[in-house]
Amino acid sequence: MRDPKTRGLIIQIVLIIAITAFAAWLISNTMQNLTRSKIASGFGFLNYRAGFDIGQVPIDYTANSSYGRALVVGIVNTILVSGAGIALATIVGFIVGIARLSHNYLLRGLATIYVETFRNIPPLLVILFWYFGVLTVLPLPKDAIEFPLSTYLSNRGLQMPAARFDAIAIWSVLALIAGIVGAWLLSRRARAMQLQTGQRPSILWPVLGLLIGLPLVVFAVTGFPMTFEIPKATRFNLSGGWHVRPEFLALFLALSFYTAAFIAEIVRAGIIAVSKGQTEAASALGLSRRLTLRLVVVPQAFRVIIPPLTSQYLNLTKNSSLGLAVGYPELVAIGSTVLNQTGQSVEVVAIWMLSYLGLSLSVAAFMNWFNARAALVER
Amino acid sequence: MKNLVKTLLGASIIALSAMPASAATLDDVKKAGTLRCGVNTGLPGFGYQGDDGEWLGFDVDYCRAVAAAVFDGDGTKVQFTPLSAVQRFPALQNNEVDLLARNTTWTMNRDTALGLNFVGVNYYDGQGFMVRKDLDVTSALQLSGATVCVQSGTTTELNLTDYFRSNNMEFQPVVIESQNDVNTAYEQGRCDVLTTDASGLYASRLELANPDEHVVLPEIISKEPLGPLVRQGDEQWFDIVKWVHFGLLNAEELGVNQDNVDEMVNSENPDVRRLLGQDGNFGADVGLTNDWMVKVIKAVGNYGEIFDRNIGPDTPLKIQRGLNALWTKGGLQYAPPVR
Repeated sequence: MRDPKTRGLIIQIVLIIAITAFAAWLISNTMQNLTRSKIASGFGFLNYRAGFDIGQVPIDYTANSSYGRALVVGIVNTILVSGAGIALATIVGFIVGIARLSHNYLLRGLATIYVETFRNIPPLLVILFWYFGVLTVLPLPKDAIEFPLSTYLSNRGLQMPAARFDAIAIWSVLALIAGIVGAWLLSRRARAMQLQTGQRPSILWPVLGLLIGLPLVVFAVTGFPMTFEIPKATRFNLSGGWHVRPEFLALFLALSFYTAAFIAEIVRAGIIAVSKGQTEAASALGLSRRLTLRLVVVPQAFRVIIPPLTSQYLNLTKNSSLGLAVGYPELVAIGSTVLNQTGQSVEVVAIWMLSYLGLSLSVAAFMNWFNARAALVER
Repeated sequence: MKNLVKTLLGASIIALSAMPASAATLDDVKKAGTLRCGVNTGLPGFGYQGDDGEWLGFDVDYCRAVAAAVFDGDGTKVQFTPLSAVQRFPALQNNEVDLLARNTTWTMNRDTALGLNFVGVNYYDGQGFMVRKDLDVTSALQLSGATVCVQSGTTTELNLTDYFRSNNMEFQPVVIESQNDVNTAYEQGRCDVLTTDASGLYASRLELANPDEHVVLPEIISKEPLGPLVRQGDEQWFDIVKWVHFGLLNAEELGVNQDNVDEMVNSENPDVRRLLGQDGNFGADVGLTNDWMVKVIKAVGNYGEIFDRNIGPDTPLKIQRGLNALWTKGGLQYAPPVR
């Protein structure tokens, strides 16, 4: 016991045994309590017919699909709103964060007001504000605001023509992939030449040609295999076309602008964290202001920004469960319907937890990989 | 998110609690000194809080009736727990409430797989639709293509889908957790149709800015027998709540009400004498006093009085007895005799 190594090993073994025993007790106790309360248990219900409809179905789903399928729809909807929210929150957050450091008094003041307002209001209120705010401002479908190209905005959401592609359009997709690979090879060659000769050849036009021109030519050759489905007014709604519902809009905007306030502060902190000496050294080397920002300040700021940014992405993903309050059919909303139809509360709660754990770990894993790439490489 | 927290809490109680749920609910209630009753979070006429915070309503009176039977006529010894649709079953299963009187539809799944027992039907309801008058819709069969607002976690969601499918109609659901937010979304025009149990539609219509601009369609698309429920596994408690319900119905049928109950004790009618504990040992057989029904009727009145006071034609809800009239008057309310 004197040996710290042995002691450490013993402590760890005891701890593992204790945790395993606790987990085992938890599971058996749950099963016992469920049996005693005469509550049915097990995951068999996932294969039963769901029987309810969902407002936003990104993958095939009807009321005849299973409960399991309904939950998958919920997960996909959660990923959709989180992904879109993360993208917008990042853009808005970076703009506001940089604006907070602006020399322009007005810009700086507005950015400060934005940050202080949004990060001090609970997210649920922000979501309800957007939802009922959006609904109140927008007109009924029969008085929908009409934009060019058959796009309509009403309190049923944004509706625009949807592109429907024929099977032959796959060639254009393949052409695009080929273009991306080509562009990547070109940029690799350009980089190699820069390292060898110090001169970077301009590859802008060939890259644009590969990325845009090639797919377009293939698209034209295959005879424009695309039709548009245009929203039409029916008795109650505009139907058909591509439909963004107000529930999605409200949740997406609320989560984005709420999280953007936190991201703005992280970005500001990250930029301030790069010492002034770095900028001065860069100008001493003769780098232009633009290059200084791109090659010296931003890469170093990123190292500070990425870890807390990851937390904000995770928060946004988890906050999407508040969509329940405004009727956005995400995982928790659909799960609570399933829970109520089947009464399998323990199972559904377990599915919720595992799903969010999986989502969060995926986001974290990606950000860790990104962080490792952005980390300072010491030579 | 309080709801979510409570659901999670409910699930974790199942996982963590080592104490078996006590089988003798009557003893527990007596020892605690209050009846813990789960009610609606706010449905006018059925379960809601008045201006001074006091709980009122049809279902609330059922809680008070059971409390009066247990606590020797004191119908105030009730601790009300407002529960959302999603919370209600875990709360009862986990012994957080002794009785759930929350306009809950009696279905086979709930009665069997959830470990619960429905004591009877205190309100025969059915799901209906409400629309704006200016849409000129006169029948639910004209609703194809409409957007429908519905509360999550209810049988309503399933009926809605079944009805539209079986009539080859399409619809877009907007499913929101709290009934208040559902109503707001409907009022703001997010959807063309509001659907819930007909009783709930009348209650919701009252809360709209202009109730007269909205009309409830004639179709009733489902059977929604609403009733109080208890946990499985305590037959005595199940019997007590069940017979309080039957006693209220029998009292109306026999003409015993809050005003005349003291005189009716001296009635010569053997049915009345048994109900009010003058003959036989019926109260003691379920663990109560023999004059249990006298206490109950003094506290809340008979079934008809509870109905009229909370939701009847003279209340803002203006609901007719309809299916809920006694069987002797062409309705469905029928109780086994006290004998």
